[in-house]
Amino acid sequence: MFAIVDYDTGNTRNLKKAFDYLQVPTQLTADPVELAAADAVILPGVGAFAAAMTALNDRQLVPVLQRLAQAGKPMLGICLGMQLLFESSNEYGNHDGLGLLQGRVTALPADLGVKVPQMGWNQNVVQQPASPFKALDQNYTYFVHSYYAICPAEEIVATVQHGVRVPSVVQRQNVVGMQFHPEKSGQVGLQQLATFKEMVSAHDFSRN
Amino acid sequence: MLAKRLIPCLDVADGRVKKGVNFVNLTDVGDPVEIAAAYQQQGADELVFLDIAATNEHRKTMAALVEQVSAQVFMPLTIGGGISSVADMQRLLKAGADKVAINSAAVAQPALIQAGAEKFGNQCIVVAIDAAWDEQAQMYRVYTHGGKQATDLDAIAWAQQVVALGAGELLVTSMDRDGTKAGFDLKLYQALGEVVAVPIIASGGAGNLQDFVTVFEQAPVDGALAASVFHYGELTIGQVKQALAAKGVVVR
Repeated sequence: MFAIVDYDTGNTRNLKKAFDYLQVPTQLTADPVELAAADAVILPGVGAFAAAMTALNDRQLVPVLQRLAQAGKPMLGICLGMQLLFESSNEYGNHDGLGLLQGRVTALPADLGVKVPQMGWNQNVVQQPASPFKALDQNYTYFVHSYYAICPAEEIVATVQHGVRVPSVVQRQNVVGMQFHPEKSGQVGLQQLATFKEMVSAHDFSRN
Repeated sequence: MLAKRLIPCLDVADGRVKKGVNFVNLTDVGDPVEIAAAYQQQGADELVFLDIAATNEHRKTMAALVEQVSAQVFMPLTIGGGISSVADMQRLLKAGADKVAINSAAVAQPALIQAGAEKFGNQCIVVAIDAAWDEQAQMYRVYTHGGKQATDLDAIAWAQQVVALGAGELLVTSMDRDGTKAGFDLKLYQALGEVVAVPIIASGGAGNLQDFVTVFEQAPVDGALAASVFHYGELTIGQVKQALAAKGVVVR
């Protein structure tokens, strides 16, 4: 059972449908006991950083997620959910994130001849050839975002080019983030969720 | 670098994909889930479903259809036709749509663009513009209600206005080219590209492989939408992508 964190931020239904399709049972919950009992915790997110952190704080989920991550619980943040894993964001003011990954979130530069938000399919380049996500290399996934992570190279599993080099998959042990929407990225996206599921089953979070 | 998008457009009535000629003589083409899955298999980058019946009753059927498609097909879905309130948008987004397209309702009440963008984010709100060149007025005139009603709006100025209100993408159909297979209206898209910075989807006029190559090479568009050429097997998505890749256009 994977727990999808229920904190009233955007559409979690499509993510649930993707896991259903992969035959991974999911539960939408904000209950700390249910989150602790799950095999993995999925942090979705659509919208603005500050609003999402406020929603997590209102449900007193920030220390819960931090404790679970520190205890080794597999965790996957998607899109804004990935950005929340970092230390901070400067989207509409400076805001603390969950601090589970080193780095900060900032706006995609709009003056580099690319459109912001990045909206569409972009080609991933895997930066860590030994990663379980290595099959993502050269494959396209679907992105919708205006902010991106600046983080240490050892956390960056894959990147795409959109004016700047944008981390598309990040990982630090049991904590994984995907900037794209795997649930909207066709077979390639489903394959990334399946890879995460295999990592959870195999407790394969030893790398990086 | 972002790939250029190829987007099949499916007309829907009564929860089924239909083929029509000028909105009459509708014939049943097939099950939306099967057709959507086939397009996913072919490599389509996105799907647009257009509710061509668009009454209250049909909007409910549309939400059910989106629910079904999004359980089996994992790519961006845009829904248009008959959306006239934030509640309509919410129902479709909740059912699994990623974007909603508004056309006549945006002209009738521009505030709807802003209300939708504020609630769901700019990236969710597509404004569809149907335009035809007016020689006398020397402008691209905006039409509503499936091209039946002329407005006073200049499409280029209207595009700027809807983007200022929060539209995250423009789906622009050239009525002069629609159904003609004479190629996309390059001048229209070039003019739009001068004034807006959001993604532009070109629609109307696709007839052969070269039309797709030309629009991506010569106009600042991010995607191309077509119905009949894909729908009735004249071209496959794969063929178009091959032709584009051969000319150095980035495709998935």
